[in-house]
Amino acid sequence: MKRKLLGIMLSTTMVAGMLSACGSTTTTTTTTSETTTEAAPAEESKAEETKAEEPKAEETTTEAAAPAADEGKVLNIYAWNEEFKSRLTDHYPGYTEVDATTGTIGDVTVKWNITPSTDNAYQNNLDENLLKQADAAADDKIDIFLVEADYALKYVDTDFTAAVSDFGITDADVANQYKYTQDVMTDSKGVLKGVSWQGCPGVLIYNREAAKEVLGSDDPAEVQKAVKDWDTFSATADAMKAAGYNMTASTNDSYRVFSNNVSGKWVQNDKVVIDDNIMKWVELAKKMADEKMTSTNDLWSDDWSKGFYPDGKVFCYFGPAWLVNFCMAADVEGSIANLGGWGATEGPQGFFWGGTWICGATGTDNPTLVGDIMRQLTCNEDIMLDIVAKDSDFVNNKPAMEKAANDDAYAFAVFGGQNPLGMFCKGAENCDLSNQSAYDQGCNEEFQRAMKNYFDGNATLEEALDIFKKAVVEKYPNLTAE
Amino acid sequence: MADNRSKMAGQDENRASIHARRAIAYIVLILVSFLCLFWFYVLFINATRAHSELTKGFTAIPSTHLLENWINLKNGTLPIFNGIINSLFIAIATAALATYFSTMTAYAIHAYDFKFKNFIFTFILMIMMIPTQVTALGFLQLIGKMNLDDSFVPLIVPAVASPSVFFYMKQYMDSTLPLSLVEAARIDGSGEFRTFNQIVIPLMKPAIAVQAIFSFVGSWNNYFTPALVLHTDTKKTLPILIAQLRSADWLKFDMGQVYTMIAFSIFPVIVVYLLLSRYIVGGVTLGGVKG
Amino acid sequence: MKKKSKVVSYNKWGYIFLIPFVVVYLIFQMIPLVSTIYNSFFENYRSGLLQIGPNFVGLKNYATIITNGDLPTYFKNTMIMWIMGFVPQIILSLLLGAWFTDPSLRLKCQGFFKTVIYMPNLIMASAFSMLFFTLFANSGPINSLLLNMGVITEAYKFMSHVWSVRTLVAFMNCVMWFGNTTILLMAGMMGIDPSLFEAAQVDGATATQIFYKITLPLLKPILIFVMITSLIGGLQMFDVPQILTNGSGDPTRTSMTLIMYLNKHLFSKNYGLAGALSVYMFVITGILSLIVFKFTNSKDSK
Repeated sequence: MKRKLLGIMLSTTMVAGMLSACGSTTTTTTTTSETTTEAAPAEESKAEETKAEEPKAEETTTEAAAPAADEGKVLNIYAWNEEFKSRLTDHYPGYTEVDATTGTIGDVTVKWNITPSTDNAYQNNLDENLLKQADAAADDKIDIFLVEADYALKYVDTDFTAAVSDFGITDADVANQYKYTQDVMTDSKGVLKGVSWQGCPGVLIYNREAAKEVLGSDDPAEVQKAVKDWDTFSATADAMKAAGYNMTASTNDSYRVFSNNVSGKWVQNDKVVIDDNIMKWVELAKKMADEKMTSTNDLWSDDWSKGFYPDGKVFCYFGPAWLVNFCMAADVEGSIANLGGWGATEGPQGFFWGGTWICGATGTDNPTLVGDIMRQLTCNEDIMLDIVAKDSDFVNNKPAMEKAANDDAYAFAVFGGQNPLGMFCKGAENCDLSNQSAYDQGCNEEFQRAMKNYFDGNATLEEALDIFKKAVVEKYPNLTAE
Repeated sequence: MADNRSKMAGQDENRASIHARRAIAYIVLILVSFLCLFWFYVLFINATRAHSELTKGFTAIPSTHLLENWINLKNGTLPIFNGIINSLFIAIATAALATYFSTMTAYAIHAYDFKFKNFIFTFILMIMMIPTQVTALGFLQLIGKMNLDDSFVPLIVPAVASPSVFFYMKQYMDSTLPLSLVEAARIDGSGEFRTFNQIVIPLMKPAIAVQAIFSFVGSWNNYFTPALVLHTDTKKTLPILIAQLRSADWLKFDMGQVYTMIAFSIFPVIVVYLLLSRYIVGGVTLGGVKG
Repeated sequence: MKKKSKVVSYNKWGYIFLIPFVVVYLIFQMIPLVSTIYNSFFENYRSGLLQIGPNFVGLKNYATIITNGDLPTYFKNTMIMWIMGFVPQIILSLLLGAWFTDPSLRLKCQGFFKTVIYMPNLIMASAFSMLFFTLFANSGPINSLLLNMGVITEAYKFMSHVWSVRTLVAFMNCVMWFGNTTILLMAGMMGIDPSLFEAAQVDGATATQIFYKITLPLLKPILIFVMITSLIGGLQMFDVPQILTNGSGDPTRTSMTLIMYLNKHLFSKNYGLAGALSVYMFVITGILSLIVFKFTNSKDSK
């Protein structure tokens, strides 16, 4: 019955949309089309639930003990993979898994809407549903959605994302979090709109064998001297080349380090601005590519991961803890990680890579529950330590990580027994992300892509920059790039 | 006499050249077959390898992780068995609708004379030229309005109007379906609809089998439209699930599983193809209509 | 008089048989098409979560695409890669088709070969591109093979050179689609009355003569079909270069096809530019198909 009603409601909106001035037709209908998308699955379960629960909710609001009693019965969470789901399942008290896409917390049903990020599908789906959030039935409203740093501001700097204070998260609650994780989630008015349980500060991960051979020592402090800034880094690259090593696996390895330390935003007054620091990267990368000190392979390509093995002859990678723990083939015999042959040092500049942030959607019907999930997972030191222990995440909690940094139990086998957490902590402190813009994802992707043409010698610098500008304007037609 | 002799000589020459041509044909065919089967070999090899082995690069020898990959995949959160059933259902329905109704449309143009015949023929050819992607945005809006989002209907029903299948059927009828057969059926008192179902369709079998395979495979491997339309996990088709597997987070990302999933999703198509292809390869030679 | 009315009553079935096609077409293709064309006259896109437009802009979108030179460039790329793949594809298909249907050759294992040639098409284009990407990587097996054989002294970067990327795309398309073409042609060839071949053989015609004088002319309707569908398929070329080049169409966008370009505008939900581009593509395809039609029909001496 309810389903039918909603259907009629939808079609009326539709007709209204069609009849209204031609000007707005497209917008209205796009929105409606997606309404049904999410409405259909959610409704089915709702139809069953409402029978039993709706009367109860109306008659006995005072009686229920759970904080969410007067709130919605369905918590909709939007994510692009299952990482957050497994964190919630393993660490949030009271979460019970029902099946692959549902769970329960008390009498609230948790519905997971997981869309892969391939081809931008996750954001497309999220966008459509956020845009019709205001008109959606309470139980269909998005309650929590996850974002990555590169496109965080696209959501954070809009009214679609609610301030964490709306969910009862106070400044005191988040005092122990790393500042950069909050920079990312702070909108242009200075309001914090999302929190994360992870920190992903990066370090320079170097090949100890190569360090001994070329630099004469594999001691982190000694190696740091050879990579302390970009000039020495570049000089060391010369030495590495002479010894038959590539300095990095790809020109793109160092990109993040430069782009995390820019002096201005990618987009200023709707105009694309290429920061000096980014151009410094171009200069360094071009030099390294021309002199064959590195390759122009894409990150994650097979060619890029060759350096995980001694035969790959790569001196260093830039990365956070998860890269070396989970991606550098530590479980494969013969890999450098397996032999404990990597070392960690701070490198020329601090940076971070990765991380997932939790945002509460404006209009959620479960604010108390959303707030509690945020607080438990990102502010509760016990739970966070549990995450370190069980999932090897670097968690977003300064005291916890500093404790771990001084504890030999946290030494990394992949680093030959070195405990790098102190460096990670320092890196996390030094990250400055105040210069983020809502267009970062598109700009960063297109810039590296366009510059590859320059590094490969297929285009001049001007031509490559033109390709970049063209691509950015295609993605964001409201911007200018000249 | 002289004429006869040159003919004999010609046949001798022919015989010699036939041997040479046959040898060439075999060599080319073997090369081509290698080119066709090599990819399946690579896929199979990769499906047997663990993620860490895959990052090391390529080898020609299978590894031992097939079962492990499969178990991980099966115990993962993706509903792969739903996926295979969804894919099968959509692909079979698409193939059936596309071939049956396109044959019917082609027959309408081929066998009857009516006012707008040429106009409609040209018109359908023009439709064929519109790429799917071109109307994708409009298509999405439409199914939203029709409340068909997250449903199989927009993936199946449009197959009724498959211009390229129609065009093929029409061309095939032009070269193999004589109208005299239809006339004969009429004289025997067969109704038009019955003539179509019982005389025309059987005669079109080779063409139908060919287009059924093409439609089936096209639908089976289609990612573009289903990705736009389907949102519930249990309704998704295999290509979407593969994309989902490929964008898994770094903790779970496992190329071994991706390859196993690809191999797993190719398997049913191969079976369907082999079933239908036997029919094509064996049956058509005798099915030629004298015209 | 009586006879005529009967003819008319038959012919009404023509309309009846057309109903399903036309109805489905009108609903699922015509409406989206009209809305696409309608949208092409508006500025209408999204930047992030910000919706801009729709504002009526007349032919501005059409002018934009023409003046920035994108359309001719990507059209050229598309056609180059299509022709590079289609020429070997049709030659191979005709050759295989002729061999398979040539009664004098009596090839063994025909069933096997006929079955195998279509199989590459069973692999999803995305999976196929993924394989190629791995095989032709700088340190991939193809490069190590060439290095070991001494053909090259340094790994060849297949993905960083204009013509190697285009060749790979063309090669993949050819491998994926030649079986399809062969099957189509064979079905056409098998439809030819075998007694025609027998008669020609009795008259002492060589295989080549039979092919040119009997097979080809009778195959014309199917050949036209193959040419046109392949041309249209070529203009719609998308997944192979998209996945092989990660959507960039690099180096320097020389392997970017029209649909890849269209896809770029779908990212920003740019109904306006995408609509205008679609209309252009529609016109281009129409003109090219017409040329193929005229060209193939002009040879007809009837």
